[in-house]
Amino acid sequence: MTAYLIRRVLFFGLTLLLTSLIVFAAVRLLPGDVETAVLGRGAEPAARAALREELGLDLPFFMQYGNWLSGFLSGDWGNSYAMKLPIMPLVMERLGNSLRLALIAMLIAVPPSVLLGLFAGLNEGKLFDTVFSLGSLILVGIPEFVMGIILINVVALGWGILPPSASVPPDASFGEALPRLILPSLTAAAVLLAYIGRLTRVGVIAEMRRTYVRTAVLKGLRWRQVIFKHVLRNALLPTITVIAISLGWLISGLVVIENVFAYPGLGRLMVFAIQQRDLPLILGGVMIAVTVFALANLIADLLYAALNPRIRLG
Amino acid sequence: MSATSDPSKTDTGTMPTIRPLRLGALRRRGRLLRRLWSDAPISVIGGVGVLLFLLLALIGPYLTPYNPIANNFAERSETPSLAHPFGTDNFGRDILSRIIYGGRNIFALTGSATLIAVGLGLVIGLYVGYLGGWIDQIVMRLIDALLALPALLLTLLLLGALGNSRFTVLVAIVILYVPIVTRVVRSVVLDIKTKAYIEAAEIGGESRFHILFREMLPAVLPTLAVEGALRFSYAIFLVASLGFLGLGVTRPEPDWGLMVSEARDWYALSPHMMFFPAAAIVTLVVCVNLMADGLRRLLEYSEVD
Repeated sequence: MTAYLIRRVLFFGLTLLLTSLIVFAAVRLLPGDVETAVLGRGAEPAARAALREELGLDLPFFMQYGNWLSGFLSGDWGNSYAMKLPIMPLVMERLGNSLRLALIAMLIAVPPSVLLGLFAGLNEGKLFDTVFSLGSLILVGIPEFVMGIILINVVALGWGILPPSASVPPDASFGEALPRLILPSLTAAAVLLAYIGRLTRVGVIAEMRRTYVRTAVLKGLRWRQVIFKHVLRNALLPTITVIAISLGWLISGLVVIENVFAYPGLGRLMVFAIQQRDLPLILGGVMIAVTVFALANLIADLLYAALNPRIRLG
Repeated sequence: MSATSDPSKTDTGTMPTIRPLRLGALRRRGRLLRRLWSDAPISVIGGVGVLLFLLLALIGPYLTPYNPIANNFAERSETPSLAHPFGTDNFGRDILSRIIYGGRNIFALTGSATLIAVGLGLVIGLYVGYLGGWIDQIVMRLIDALLALPALLLTLLLLGALGNSRFTVLVAIVILYVPIVTRVVRSVVLDIKTKAYIEAAEIGGESRFHILFREMLPAVLPTLAVEGALRFSYAIFLVASLGFLGLGVTRPEPDWGLMVSEARDWYALSPHMMFFPAAAIVTLVVCVNLMADGLRRLLEYSEVD
C-alpha cells in the first residue's frame, strides 16, 4: 500500500508538471503583446524593453517556464495585468466560491442519485428502470445554460421564490448567501444526478449478476442484507471514482453556470481573464483548477484502493 | 497494400463465397436491429431523429425562403405563424431558418471534429497498444496530462491562444477527444493482442499494417462506434455551451447557443425566441445519446452471440 501510495503521488506530481508545461506553452502562444496590455498603446520603446526585461520575457522559453514554476510553487503568482492585483488571493477567493457551489451541488445530487440508481438497477427492465433510464438520458442532454435559464425564469421570475442572480457580496454570511446559491447549485446538481445515478445503476446490475449474490440468497440471507451488506458495498466502489471524476465535469459546468447566474466563481474569472488576455491570471487560474481536479482523482484512487479488499497493492 | 506485396497470401479466387457471406451479414444485422427495436424502441427512434436532423441540415436551406442573417424590421418579434412556423426574432429574422443554418454549422463543425478525433485516436491507440513499451508509456503519460485539464478550460485556453474562431473550436475538440478515444482503443487492443488469431498472423509473417488494420480493426470498430457517438454528443454540448458564452462564433452567424443567449434579454416579450433554439439543442443531444445507447446495446448483443 505504501509503495502504491508513493507511486500514485509521484504520478500526480508528474502529471501536474506536464500539464503546467502544456498550459504555459499555450499561454505563451497568445497573440497580442504583453507590453501593450500593461503599458497601453503608444508606450516608449525604452519602457517596453524595460518591462520585457522586468517580466523576463526576453529569456529562453524554458528559463521563463522555470521562473514561473518556482514563483508559482513559492506562492508568488505575480500580478494580474487587467486588475492590477496580486493573483493568488484573487484566484483563491474565487476558487472558494466555486467549491462552495460544487459542494452544495454534490450534497443535493449524490444521495438521491445513488438511491435512484440502486432502485433502478434492482428493478432492471421494469417500469421504474425504464422511466429512470429515459429520464436521466434526457436530463444529461440538457445543457447547463438551458437548465439554468429554465430555473431562473420559472422559479425566480415566475414564482418569485428565489433571487435570479447569484452575485453574492464578498462579506455576506453563509446564511445570507444561501438563497442565492440554491438555483445555481440545483442546475449543477441536475446533470450530476443523472450522471451518478446512471453509473450506480450499471454498477448494481453488474453486481447482481455475480455468483456471490446467488450464494448469499441460497444460503438464506435476508434480501435486505444481501443488498445493503454485499451488493451496495461493491456497486458503490466505482461510484466513488465517478463522484471524483464528476468534480472535473463540475469545473467545466461551473464555467457556464457561473456565467448564467453572474456568480463570482473561478470559471467566470477565467472567461474574463481570457477575454482580457491576462496571461498570468489565466495561468494561475487554470493551474489551480487542474490541481483541484487531479487531487480529487488522486483521493478517489486512494479511497478506492483502501475500500476494496480485493485490491492488494504494492 | 499488403495483399499484393505479400506472396504468402494464397486465399485468392474466393468470389463465390462472398455473396452468401454478405447476405448472411445483412440478415444478421437485420435481426439485431429487430431485437433492438423490441428491447429499446426509443434508441431506434433516437437514431432516426439524428438522421432527420442531418437531413434537415443538408436540404433545409433549399426549403426555407428566408435569409438567416438578413434583418427585416417590418416583421420584428412575431410569434409563430404559417409564414414563420417558429416566429421571428428581434431583428425580424426567421427563427426556423436560423435553426436550420445553425444546425448545418453544428453538424459540419462537430461532425468533422469528431471524425478527425476518432480517426487519430484510432491510429494512435492501435499503434501504442500493439507496440507497448516505452512509446506506450510516454503517450499514456501525455494523455494523462491532457485529461487532467477540464474540457471547457482547455477550450477557453486554446480560444485565447489561437484566436476566437470556429477553427479553434475544431482544434480544441480534436485535442480534447483524441486522448479519450486513444485510451478506449488501446484498452480493446490490449485485450485482443493475446488472442490466437493475432498470434497466427504474427507467425504467418503478416506486416504490422495488416495486423493492425485488417486483423485488429474489425474487433475495435464496435466499441469505437459507441465511443464516437458519445463524443459526438459531447461535442454538440460543448459547441452549444461555447456559443452561449459568445465564444467561437461571430454575430450575426446563426448559432443555437448564441441564439439562446441573445434571447435572454427578450424573454419577457417573446419567449419563443428562446424556446426553439433551446429545444433544438436538447432534442439533438438527447437523440444522439439515445443512438449511442442503441449502439451500445447492439455491441452487447454481438458480444453475447
